Amino acid sequence: MPEHSQSGALAHHFETYDQQREASSLGMWLFLVTEIMFFGGFFLAYIVYRSSFPEDFAIASHQLDVTLGAINTAVLIASSLTMAMAVRASQLAQRKAVVGFLIATMIFGGVFLGIKAVEYSAKFEHHLVPGPNFELHAEGADPGHAEMFFNFYFGMTGLHAAHMVIGIGLLTWLCFPAWKGRFNADYHNPVEVVGLYWHFVDIIWIFLFPLLYLIGFHVGH
Amino acid sequence: MSSTTAESAIAPPKVHYLNAEHGLKSWLLTKDHKRIAILYLISVSIFFLVGGLFAGLIRLELLTPQGDLVSGDTYNRLFTLHGVIMIFFFLIPAIPAVLGNFLVPIMIGAKDLAFPKLNLGSWYVYNIAGLLGIYAMIKGGVDTGWTFYAPFSTTYSNSYVVPTALAGFVAGFSSIMTGLNFIVTIHRMRAPGMTWFRMPLMLWSSYATSLIILLGTPVLAITLLLLILERTLHIGIFDPKLGGDPVLFQHLFWFYSHPAVYIMILPAMGVISELIAAFSRKRVFGYKFVAFASLAIAVLGFLVWGHHMFTSGQSVYAATVFSVLTMLVAIPSAIKVFNWTATLHRGAISYDTPMLYALGFLGLFTIGGLTGVMLGTLGIDIHVHDTYFVVAHFHYIMVGGTILGYLGGLHYWWPKMTGRLYNRFWSQVSAITIFVGFNLTFFPQFILGFQGMPRRYWSYPPEFQVLNVLSTAGATVLGVGLILPLFYFAASLGKKGRVAGPNPWGAIGLEWTTTSPPPTYNFEETPVVTHEAYAYEELHPEPTQKEPYLA
Amino acid sequence: MSLHVESKRNYFLVFGALMVLTMLTVYVAYFDFGAWNNVVAMAIAVAKASLVVLIFMGVRHSSPLTKLVVIGALLWMVFMVGLTLTDYETRGFLGVLGK
Repeated sequence: MPEHSQSGALAHHFETYDQQREASSLGMWLFLVTEIMFFGGFFLAYIVYRSSFPEDFAIASHQLDVTLGAINTAVLIASSLTMAMAVRASQLAQRKAVVGFLIATMIFGGVFLGIKAVEYSAKFEHHLVPGPNFELHAEGADPGHAEMFFNFYFGMTGLHAAHMVIGIGLLTWLCFPAWKGRFNADYHNPVEVVGLYWHFVDIIWIFLFPLLYLIGFHVGH
Repeated sequence: MSSTTAESAIAPPKVHYLNAEHGLKSWLLTKDHKRIAILYLISVSIFFLVGGLFAGLIRLELLTPQGDLVSGDTYNRLFTLHGVIMIFFFLIPAIPAVLGNFLVPIMIGAKDLAFPKLNLGSWYVYNIAGLLGIYAMIKGGVDTGWTFYAPFSTTYSNSYVVPTALAGFVAGFSSIMTGLNFIVTIHRMRAPGMTWFRMPLMLWSSYATSLIILLGTPVLAITLLLLILERTLHIGIFDPKLGGDPVLFQHLFWFYSHPAVYIMILPAMGVISELIAAFSRKRVFGYKFVAFASLAIAVLGFLVWGHHMFTSGQSVYAATVFSVLTMLVAIPSAIKVFNWTATLHRGAISYDTPMLYALGFLGLFTIGGLTGVMLGTLGIDIHVHDTYFVVAHFHYIMVGGTILGYLGGLHYWWPKMTGRLYNRFWSQVSAITIFVGFNLTFFPQFILGFQGMPRRYWSYPPEFQVLNVLSTAGATVLGVGLILPLFYFAASLGKKGRVAGPNPWGAIGLEWTTTSPPPTYNFEETPVVTHEAYAYEELHPEPTQKEPYLA
Repeated sequence: MSLHVESKRNYFLVFGALMVLTMLTVYVAYFDFGAWNNVVAMAIAVAKASLVVLIFMGVRHSSPLTKLVVIGALLWMVFMVGLTLTDYETRGFLGVLGK
C-alpha cells in the first residue's frame, strides 16, 4: 500500500491513507451509534406501550398491509446488496460500476418510498392518521390505544423514511466524484461511509417490519 | 523538557495561528481548531451573559416574598430560559468546544482534529440553535422549565415550546459533532510515543465526555422530537387519553439529562487535573485511577437517571434500584477528589490564579457532590425534591465545579491561546470575589430548601426572606466577580499587553513546547513523546519568564 | 488495518439468505407460539441484522475497535430498555412513595 498515492486525496493532518480511512470509518460508526440511540428511544417507547396493551396493538397492526411491507423489506435488502457492490466497486476503482450500483441503490430506495406513499395514502383514506380524524372500525380495540399504535406506525416509519430521503440525497451527491473516477483502493471513504449509513437504515427497517406489521398476525390467518 | 529563561529575548512568533491569515472570511471559513475554539469562546460568552441576566432578574424578584417584579407567567419564563441557555448553550459546550477544541490536537501531538470541517460545522450548528432559541425568547419565551415535562409541554403550555425544543435538538447535533471528532482524534491521531497512559488527564476527561455525548444526546434528540411531533402533528406519544404515560417522557428525558451533568463536570475535572499537577509541580497521584474514574463516571452515569423521578410515580422498586446505583456513581468522583488532594500533599504549591480556581473547585465540588449523595438517598429526596436544596446542589457543581474549572482553564491557557499575559492582582481579586459571591448566593439555598422553600416559585412565605436577600446579595457579588475578567483579559490583548513565552508557568505538556500562540499546524515538527504526562520529578521544567503576569 | 475487499459471491450469498429469512419472518407469523412469538420474530430479525452488519457492513473484517463500538451501542440499548422496564414491570408492586 503506497504511503501517498497519485490522486492527492490525503488531507494534510493525516500521515497515511490508511489512517485517513480508519478515521473516516470510525467516525461514521460513531455516528451510527448516535442513530442507534436515536431510534432506540423510539423503540423503547414502543416496547413500553406494546407491553402495556398488546391486544390493542395487535388489532391495530392488522390494518397494515403485510404484502406491501414484505415487498418493501425485500426491496431494501436488494438495495443493501447494490450498495455493498457499489462500495466494492469503489475499492477496485471500477468507475462505471460504482455509478451503476449507486443508481440501482437509489432506484430501490425510490421504490421503497413509493410503496410507502401508497400505504400512507391508504391510511389517510381509512382515517387511520392520528389526530382529530382518527377512527378505527375494529372489534375489541380501545380506540385510544389503537391510535397510539398508529402514532408509532407513522412516527417510526416516517422517521425511517426521512433517513431514506437523506440517504438518497447522499447517493446522488456520490455519483459525481464516482463518475470522475475519484475513488480507488486508497481513497473511497465517502462511498464506504454512505454505505454504512445505508445499511444501518436497512437494519432499522428489518426490525420495524415484524414489530409493526406482524403483531399477532396469526390471529385470523 | 526545559527551556531557557532568556526573559529579555521573548518575542512573539512572527507567524502564528492568529495572524497567519487575515480577514473575516479566514475566520468564518477556518478549518483550524484553534480559531474555531476562539469563535466558540465568543459565542459561549455571549450566551453566558444572557443566561446571567436572566439569573439576575430571578434573584431580583426573589428579594421580596411577594411576586411583585414580574408576573408569575413571566417568572416561569425567566427560570426556564436561564436553565435552557446555561445548560445547552454554556455548560455543555464551553469547556469541550473552547478549551477542548484548542487543546486536544496539541496535547496529542497532532496537526488538527480528525475532521476539521465537521468542527467548523459544529460551530455553525451551535449558532443556528442559538438563533432558534433567541427567536423563541423574543417571541415570548417558554415556561415549562428546562425539563419540558409532559403533559404541560405537550398540551397545555401556551408558550414557544416548539422553537425552544428545536433549538435544543439542533444544539445536540453540535455537541455530537464535537464529541465524535474528539473520539476519533484520540483513537487515531496520537503522536509517536503518545500511548494511552502517557496522555494528559485532560484528554481522558475529554474522551469520557465525548462517549457520554455520543451515547446520550441522541436520546434527548428523539425526546424533543417526540415532544415537537405531539405539539404539531398530534402524534401523542405521551398523551394519557391514548394510553400514553407522561412519566415515559421523564425516563427518556433524564436518560440523557443525567449523563449530561457528567458532560458538564468531566471536562472541568480534566482541567483541574492539569492545574493541580502544574501548580504543585508533581505528577497527579494515582494517574491510572483518575483516568479510569473518568470512564467509570461515563458508564455509571447512564444507570442512575431515575433519581430525578423519585416522586413522579415511578415504581418504588425501580426507585430503590436507581438509588443504590446513585451511591455507586459517587465513588469515582470521590476517588478523583482524594487523588487530587494527595497530589497537593508535599507538592511545591504556588497560588497562581489558575490554582485559586482549582482549590476552590476542590471544596465546592465536594460540597456539591456530597449533597448529591444526600439527594440520591431515597428517603431524604422525598423531603427535599423540588426545593431549593436541589437548586443549591446543582449550582455547587455547575458553578462551583464547572465554571471554576472553565475559568481556571481559561486563566491557565490564556497565555498559550493569545500569547499575552494578564494582570495578576485583578485576576486574583476576581477569583476570590467569585468564590465569596458564589457561596453567599448558594449556601443559604441549602438551608432554604431544607426548610421547605420550593423551587420555581415566584413568591414565598415571609420567613424565607432573610436567606433570599443574602442569596441575592451574593449573586450581586458573584456577578461583579464574573465581569472582571472581561476587563483584564481585554487589557492583556491591548497595546500595553505583555508577551507570553512558550511556557510561562513552567508546566509539562506538549502545548507548552510550542510557541505562544502556536503556529497554524501546532508544531514545527511532529513531536515524539518519551515521558509520562506529569514527569516533573524527571524533567524539572523552567518557566520561560519570571513573572507570568502582565503586572 | 489494511483494506479487505469482500467477494461478490459472499455478497450474493448474504442477499439470498436475507431474502429467505424475510420469507421466514412472514411464514412464522402465521403460527402462534404463545409467549415465544416475540422471541422467534426478534431472533430472525437479529439474524438478518447480524448478516448485514458482519458482511455488508464489513464488521467481520474490521478492527477490534469497530467491533467494540457496535457492541457498546447494543449494550447501551440494553441499559436504557432494561432499566426503564424495571419501572414499568414493577408498578404497583410496592405502592407509592411517600404514602
